[in-house]
Amino acid sequence: MAPPAPILRMKGIGKQFPGVKALDGVDFRLLPGEVHALMGENGAGKSTLIKVLTGVYDIDSGEIELAGRPVAFPGPQAARQAGISTVYQEVNLCPNLSVTENVVIGREPRRLGRVRWKEARRRAAELLGRLDLHIDVSAPLSAYSPAVQQMVAIARALDVDARVLILDEPTSSLDKDEVAQLFRVMRRLKEQGIAILFVSHFLDQIYEIADRMTILRNGRLVGEYLTSELSQVDLVAKMIGRELADLERLEDRPPAREGAPLVEADGLGRSRAIEPFTLTIREGEVVGLAGLLGSGRTEIARLLFGADHAGTGSLRIGGEPVGLRTPRAAIRHRLAFCSENRREEGLVPDLTVRENIVLALQAARGWTRPIPRRRQDELVAKYVSALNIRPADPEQPVRNLSGGNQQKVLLARWLILEPRLLILDEPTRGIDIGAKAEIQRLVAELSGGGMAVLFISAELEEVLRLSHRVGVLRDRRLVAEIDNDERLTTGALMETIASGAAS
Amino acid sequence: MTAPAPAPASVPASVSPGRRLLGHRLFWPAVILVALLMINPVFTDGFFKVELKDGHLYGSLIDIVRFGAPLILVALGMTLVIATRGIDLSVGSVVAISGALACLRISDLGDQNSAGGVLAAAGVALALSVALGAWNGLLVAGVGVQPIIATLILMVAGRGLAQLITDGQIITVNSAPYKLIGGGYWLTLPFGIVIVLAVLALTAFLTRRLALGLLIESVGGNAEASRLAGIGARGVILTVYTFCALCAGIAGLMISSNVSSADGNNAGLWIELDAILAVVIGGTPLSGGRFSLGGTVLGALIIQTLTTTIYSIGVPPETTLLFKALVVTVVCLVQSPAFRAKVFHRRRRPAGASPVAEEKVRVSA
Amino acid sequence: MTVATVPGRRVRVPRRYVPVLVTAALFLAMFAAGGIRYEGFATGQIILNVFIDNAFLLVVAVGMTFVILAGGIDLSVGSVVALSTMVAATLLKQGWSPWPVMVLVLLIGAVLGLGMGAIIHYFEIQPFIVTLAGMFLARGLCYTIGTRSIPIDDPVFTAFAQTRIDLGADMWISPGVVVAAAVVVVAAYTLHYTRLGRNVYATGGNEQSALLMGLPVARTKIAVYTISGFCSALGGLVLSFYMLSGYGLHAVGMELDAIGAVVIGGTLLTGGSGYLFGTVLGVLVLGLIQTIISFEGTLNSWWTRILIGLLLFVFILMQRLITARRR
Repeated sequence: MAPPAPILRMKGIGKQFPGVKALDGVDFRLLPGEVHALMGENGAGKSTLIKVLTGVYDIDSGEIELAGRPVAFPGPQAARQAGISTVYQEVNLCPNLSVTENVVIGREPRRLGRVRWKEARRRAAELLGRLDLHIDVSAPLSAYSPAVQQMVAIARALDVDARVLILDEPTSSLDKDEVAQLFRVMRRLKEQGIAILFVSHFLDQIYEIADRMTILRNGRLVGEYLTSELSQVDLVAKMIGRELADLERLEDRPPAREGAPLVEADGLGRSRAIEPFTLTIREGEVVGLAGLLGSGRTEIARLLFGADHAGTGSLRIGGEPVGLRTPRAAIRHRLAFCSENRREEGLVPDLTVRENIVLALQAARGWTRPIPRRRQDELVAKYVSALNIRPADPEQPVRNLSGGNQQKVLLARWLILEPRLLILDEPTRGIDIGAKAEIQRLVAELSGGGMAVLFISAELEEVLRLSHRVGVLRDRRLVAEIDNDERLTTGALMETIASGAAS
Repeated sequence: MTAPAPAPASVPASVSPGRRLLGHRLFWPAVILVALLMINPVFTDGFFKVELKDGHLYGSLIDIVRFGAPLILVALGMTLVIATRGIDLSVGSVVAISGALACLRISDLGDQNSAGGVLAAAGVALALSVALGAWNGLLVAGVGVQPIIATLILMVAGRGLAQLITDGQIITVNSAPYKLIGGGYWLTLPFGIVIVLAVLALTAFLTRRLALGLLIESVGGNAEASRLAGIGARGVILTVYTFCALCAGIAGLMISSNVSSADGNNAGLWIELDAILAVVIGGTPLSGGRFSLGGTVLGALIIQTLTTTIYSIGVPPETTLLFKALVVTVVCLVQSPAFRAKVFHRRRRPAGASPVAEEKVRVSA
Repeated sequence: MTVATVPGRRVRVPRRYVPVLVTAALFLAMFAAGGIRYEGFATGQIILNVFIDNAFLLVVAVGMTFVILAGGIDLSVGSVVALSTMVAATLLKQGWSPWPVMVLVLLIGAVLGLGMGAIIHYFEIQPFIVTLAGMFLARGLCYTIGTRSIPIDDPVFTAFAQTRIDLGADMWISPGVVVAAAVVVVAAYTLHYTRLGRNVYATGGNEQSALLMGLPVARTKIAVYTISGFCSALGGLVLSFYMLSGYGLHAVGMELDAIGAVVIGGTLLTGGSGYLFGTVLGVLVLGLIQTIISFEGTLNSWWTRILIGLLLFVFILMQRLITARRR
């Protein structure tokens, strides 16, 4: 059976940002009446592709055709008028307005400038009815659950005859029933001939709803596949970027360790973030966390550090039960956490390298007990040279440093506290190869010196090279804990990520 | 967003001394101050002359510092508050309350010239100021009210409190020790200047010698990163609002002592605006983070010199406000990244600018 | 209003009406207490007097409501009121006829607001600091025009000042109240039945969302400051009818009263939620406090400020609780 003509076709799309090729010759097509998943890890180019498609960015090369005619949108507004509507992850509506208004605002039915509320309510109810949603449209949006708000956003998107609907991670804050409700709506829209571009980090959801998928990696097209013809293992392999056959066992695997349990999490969890998990980290042990983007890796780290409050479960540190309400409390128990989001959750960009390095130590001492300047200079000098931070000028504002050096500054901040557990969330992302190798070497050294490390990385090889044990995450669940012995390969890890069970 | 931000402009390692001077954050405030001062000799003979009479220093320059002393004090406290991304609108009211309470206590004294009684009165006034500051700090840090709103409450109610203390009258005192605070001399210097130097030294000690400054700049520069680094932002915020009110309280003593009376209605009127202005001119951004005590002192001196200059060149003094409006606008425009981007970087590629624009939207939400 | 039953949603008094209802209850309680305590208090004319004495504040507070609903703040209103009285008095003294004077005054107010709005939006400077500069500018302009109070003896203005509009039953209002009432009605219509009004709510609710929903955020933000400038100028005219003078020290601190009335009226200072009716109630509460204090006799006028501060505190705390629960 011949597929219908694509409603949307993108050919050879290229987009360059300073220093990075975000998209390089990407082809993409969307058929009417299908749900098409766009897959890829961090930096694959998914959001850039969506932004190019909706006119947020213009393209450097390539062409876009909508219903057979070439188009170029100057902005999201123009794209929407042409029938391409987008619903983002965080619902971009006004919670203080009524449901009706959120659906019709900007296009309210009017007579002589006066908004006809009755007509507006009728139209909103009708649009929501198309999605099988029958709610009080005059109530404020904030009275409803995130799922309903998501539907309202979709209803708004459909108000202008949408032919293409882009759903960018719509399910990330929904629970199971809400997802099911959303999927019912998506199926219904599909029947009405609307093409849906769907982005989600949840593999189960992709396999449940998507007919077809396009995989990107590092700004390039990997391929377009029918969901029914691509196994989950193959999908993960294509996203992460190795063919299973290519993967060899790594030589320099760390020897197993038998320390006393340091951190024991029992049933720790937080709704809409991570299912309750049980995890033990021993002294001197490197525990790797492997999983796709959005699988709950960061959420585990934040719960252990007290950055978020756990909804369930308990935590013991060195055998003592503790309740970590704040990072401050965690630091007092000598835990440390390097966030993956250096810019927003790590550095204070205005401050100097020295000030950023001594910040956590100073915070622990309180402002009335300053660290003598000479001691500061010694500490900073020691870590600037030990971690090879460049430029080696402690009085340089940290914003002037490159990503890799900023990461090392953050590491130094925590190392001077001599933590018992160091949590590293993607410490090597977005930094150059040299710095990456240095950080990996450092982790091995620290663990050799008795420090426990929780090492989170999207790169499986890195996880395997450094970890004694690997926790595997999938769809916000810790699905397996595997000892890193000779049987464990990146291939085996990928299969676990894909299937959700230890192999 | 996976779009990487443009690489930060790195500062070349070798900068010529001239450029370093130009790039120093106090350079422009200093230039403005000097330029303003240079206008004066044209209209006032012997403007720069400072002479010693009866063991006291006299001269226009000394007067500028002396009359500017309360503003410098309030502005110092305001600097720390603004550095945490806050604002304190209530300082004017605290000035009035502190002066009113001190004068009330002194007027009740049997012997208004007793040093102990005056000290006790000043102590009570400052203690109340500290309590008011702690109230502001609790609202901001504890309850989580926006600073501008939280301090608005005391700004409104404080004037009433001050009048309640003075019973709506202007309390006049006749106390030599109290007069010393705002109008007296000590070791040739006007006592007000001595107090300013002492408070400045104390502030510098707390912030730069002790580690309060680092924590303030960290909280104001990146609140979430500070939380994850284990900084107890609440304590820091409470401290700065309390300190700010203490500074305002001292300024209140100084103002009421200078005129030997307390006026609940007019003491410290508009001083919050002048103080904010001084801080902004001094190069501490309203968005928090890095602060400069020296800049604030310069900023306050600029405002005082502006007032003096307007008097001396014979322009009606009422127009000072016009100049201030002009200065606020110019300083804020120059500090605004959007203004700089729009005016100075017109020719930059629009494609490169769009991710930046997106980030801004996110910040303002 | 038909309420469809939806699982998981309880139907009760909508939370958004709670602040206005609290203010209304407060007003009624104050009025009742006054009526019990003082003779000759519980009359309709008492309330009308509150309107007569605060007509200008009501007009200014209406403009402030627009700004605060859109998530901003306008500190310049008091100064613009003073400037308006000053410009009107000066021009009338120079022999201008009253109608062009009024048009010019309104125009000046609107243009000042427009300028501030444009700077706030295009250069992304906090509204508070921009309107602070506007406050200095307008006050400075007043003093530049003159530092003395200038009496107004124009017949049209005096007619406005002295006319009593009889409502029967021994009750009357001033033309200023009529102006204020008209402003309230027009503003309420604008807020609830026009796109501009709804965009104000949307912008105040979530500016980024409003942008992504394709609403004209720039135009809306600039419009609210223009409206506020216009209302301040109109408030200035009403004040000059009431005072029959122009003076640079008129309306000192009025921005606080206006903000206070809006907040006590239940409008969220973070924007996006509130009603104009609440602002009317807010002005009434402020006015009634003054009336009660004058009836009390032994209480002094500064109690007004303290009580307003106290009310502000209670209402801000209440707002905080409401928004916290919503999250």
